[in-house]
Amino acid sequence: MADIVISELVKTYPGGQVRATDDVSLTVADGEFVVLVGPSGCGKTTLLRMVAGLETPDSGSVAIAGRDVTDLPPRHRNISMVFQSYAIFPHMRVRHNIGFGLRMRKVPAAQVNERVRRAAEVLELTDYLDRYPAQLSGGQRQRVAVARAIVVDTGVLLMDEPLSNLDALLRLQFRAELKKIVRQIGTTTLYVTHDQAEAMSLGDRVAVMRGGRIAQIGPPLEVYDRPTERFVGGFLGSPPMNFFPAVVRRADGGARLFVGDQVLAAPPHLATYDGREVTVGLRAENIDVAGAAGNGSAAGGSAGEPVRATVEVVEPTGASVLLTVRLEGHQLKVQAPPGYQVEPDSQVWLRCRPESLRFYDAETALALAS
Amino acid sequence: MARARRRRARLPTPILLIAPSLVFMTALFAWPLVVGVAQAFTGVDGPTLTHAQRMLDDPYFWPAARNTLLLIVVLIPLQFAFALTMALVLRERPRFAGFYFYVWVVPLAISDLAAGLVWLAIFTDRGYLNSVLDRLGIEPYAWLSYEHPTTVFLAVLIAELWRATSLVFVIIVAGLQGIPQDYDEAAAVFGATYWQRLRHVILPQLRPSLQVAMILRTILAFQTFAVAQALAGRDFPLLVGETYHWYNTLQNPNVAAVIALVVLGASMVTSVAYLRLLRDRTTEVTT
Amino acid sequence: MSAPAAVRRPSAPAAVAPPRPRRAVQRRKAVLLQLACLAITAFMGLPLYLITLAALSSRAALNRFPLSLVPTELSTETMSRFLDSTGVVPGFVNSLIVGLSTLVFALLVGVPAGYALSRYAFRGRDPYQLFLLLTRALPIVVLSVPLAKVFLTTNLYDTTYAVTLLHTALALPTTVLITAAVFVSVPRDHEEAAAVLGATPAQAFVRVVLPQALPGIAASAMFTFVMSWNEVLGAAILTLNQRTLPAQVLATLADSPLAYRFAGGLALVLPALVFIAVMRKYLVNMWGTTLR
Repeated sequence: MADIVISELVKTYPGGQVRATDDVSLTVADGEFVVLVGPSGCGKTTLLRMVAGLETPDSGSVAIAGRDVTDLPPRHRNISMVFQSYAIFPHMRVRHNIGFGLRMRKVPAAQVNERVRRAAEVLELTDYLDRYPAQLSGGQRQRVAVARAIVVDTGVLLMDEPLSNLDALLRLQFRAELKKIVRQIGTTTLYVTHDQAEAMSLGDRVAVMRGGRIAQIGPPLEVYDRPTERFVGGFLGSPPMNFFPAVVRRADGGARLFVGDQVLAAPPHLATYDGREVTVGLRAENIDVAGAAGNGSAAGGSAGEPVRATVEVVEPTGASVLLTVRLEGHQLKVQAPPGYQVEPDSQVWLRCRPESLRFYDAETALALAS
Repeated sequence: MARARRRRARLPTPILLIAPSLVFMTALFAWPLVVGVAQAFTGVDGPTLTHAQRMLDDPYFWPAARNTLLLIVVLIPLQFAFALTMALVLRERPRFAGFYFYVWVVPLAISDLAAGLVWLAIFTDRGYLNSVLDRLGIEPYAWLSYEHPTTVFLAVLIAELWRATSLVFVIIVAGLQGIPQDYDEAAAVFGATYWQRLRHVILPQLRPSLQVAMILRTILAFQTFAVAQALAGRDFPLLVGETYHWYNTLQNPNVAAVIALVVLGASMVTSVAYLRLLRDRTTEVTT
Repeated sequence: MSAPAAVRRPSAPAAVAPPRPRRAVQRRKAVLLQLACLAITAFMGLPLYLITLAALSSRAALNRFPLSLVPTELSTETMSRFLDSTGVVPGFVNSLIVGLSTLVFALLVGVPAGYALSRYAFRGRDPYQLFLLLTRALPIVVLSVPLAKVFLTTNLYDTTYAVTLLHTALALPTTVLITAAVFVSVPRDHEEAAAVLGATPAQAFVRVVLPQALPGIAASAMFTFVMSWNEVLGAAILTLNQRTLPAQVLATLADSPLAYRFAGGLALVLPALVFIAVMRKYLVNMWGTTLR
């Protein structure tokens, strides 16, 4: 197999003012599954295409399996790729589509047939081998695209939003299948998506990108739970992380957060920021909501003092009840247990554990040192 | 092997690919154009206007110019109205639409000479039109005789209408297909009648297609020639017909060249006029 | 006990005329539509029928007056006399030669240019497109006369080469623009996928792009052929003895009997009928794509 080493890749599209990728460096270890995720225009696809050789960087280098491939055309890089639109050739049968890469590499016909057969089995396409793409459904065409990519058995597999053209249900199904297949073959994989749930579920590591740079990279739960900048917290998770401003005040050995007139307990280390305004990050599922100040299913330990908020919207999603509440003029999303009953415009009390709070500089939006 | 980062030293691929066409077109358009201007304005002793003068003095020239202009002014609006009607009728998806489309489009592929011959069979003295009239008991009429210039004009008009409307028709159909149905439906929901929708929603969006069709059609109309030749010979002179006559019969390529330049000039002027008149004001920045 | 209240009869429905049932309106509309279609079809189709009739009638039938509107005396006499006339069969042959050669040249020069337009955003792209549109709009009459002189000096006058060159120049702008549109419709990522899978650019073009572009290119080729077949003026000016069919018919127009002209008309019309039958579906697509 192979590893991918990306060094300081810079690319600006002709006629563009901003860099599409801004000095991006990334290493994908042999056999690792790294997902590039971010909003449109963040540079994730550009990065992938530079690894594939479909775009040339202005500066920087790409190395695959220790070889500098920066100036090599795609066919000499020993990679395979699944395209967002599948790019299945409509004038060839499925078996010829899958075998295309092998035929280009002059693999003997008998071997081609055998490997195509095996790949078709893995992707449950055996009954469709002699059909034309026009006779397949979208999901089946997607499988052909994946089969075509894995049959060549290269060191590196690149995937450009392969699931985004599927409907929601298929997407979920195939996501699990894809993860299983990739794990079986163990190829080094670089995967691009704009769907944060997909990123979290698939990757060994997730790289969140914005404005041509990697904002944060790490295992999914780490990036989810400890975003190093406000943007990452607001991008991952559904609903995204809540953010609201608060002022820090030192108080008997620790610190307190003043949200408007209300007070929240804060971790002690925050005391160094006494007097400053910070941005507080808090996930919807880490907020306990109760109808009265006294109650509250605080999960052991110091739950902290409750704060008062007004309910604006109640959305029962089946698995939980999503509340939109207003706290001192700031809108927050709160995840309540399924079946929780409350009316809009009523008052509720919110609590959270201080350990689940995240803090960001009010100006730079970067995480405060803890 | 260390390679320079910027590797485009050779001529870029796209330029290589379009080079043959550029060379070809320049050789076969630009060069003859130059030669043509020279032909028109050069005499034995250098630059001269004698050819132009001869053209203007020729008794057939002004009638030819008049006929050409008349044909354009009368024919083009008729053609557009006709083609638009055809396109709108077909848009309603009547039964047998496929067959109708086929028949309506056939004249597109017919040369103007053939079109002239086809209508000759109808309009000639012992042709089909007079045959029908005779059976109905009406006196046959010499439609194409030079004593009846009006009917000659009408015959040419009808023949050209028949032949050339297909092109405009196809362009309009293509343009109509490009208009998303949503706009029409939105207008209907908001209470617009068919005619209102036509005027306020469909026609404005058809404007680019109409513009293209107008320019193309007008330029082609300036070159009307073989239809009139087939129907009426020199009884109905047209500018291009005169070009042919000067070249072939009178063996004078110089005067022919002058007339050709007149046609060119007229085509360009009208094209520019169309472009200005029909330009899309919605995308212009207003100060 | 009071008398039972009189049974109240339900009041008669308000006297409003019921709106015409929608289905009747639609049926009337469909009928009117068909009538309109038939009227237009009559105008467009009748002349074709009549010329066919005229060309396939015997000489005697044509000499009679009034002419019969139904096929009574059919004969191949008129057509065969036409074909036997001097210059007609050579005219056919020349038209064929010129048409096919034009087709080949236009494709050879035009397809690469169309590909370049569709895939590359190069400097000079817009001026190039403008140049093509301009040449397409140029009246060919402006070219034929001086071209004749040019060909005289280069010894190409009165050859099928001369006419082929002219026709290729006429067909080139359309060929380039149409093939550009055709290549645009083949998604770029097909070529990229082929490249990633190990194909050289040439292999990618031949195995992936060309098969998908073939129908559109074939359409453009047929279009070119028909345009060349129908072209009259240029061919008439550029040739004397090596005439194409239309040029031949035009040259002998004034002196030929009516029957000859009718037969000539049919001979020139037939390819059109075949062409349109085959090309119907592409026509609208071609125009739709070049308009963008």
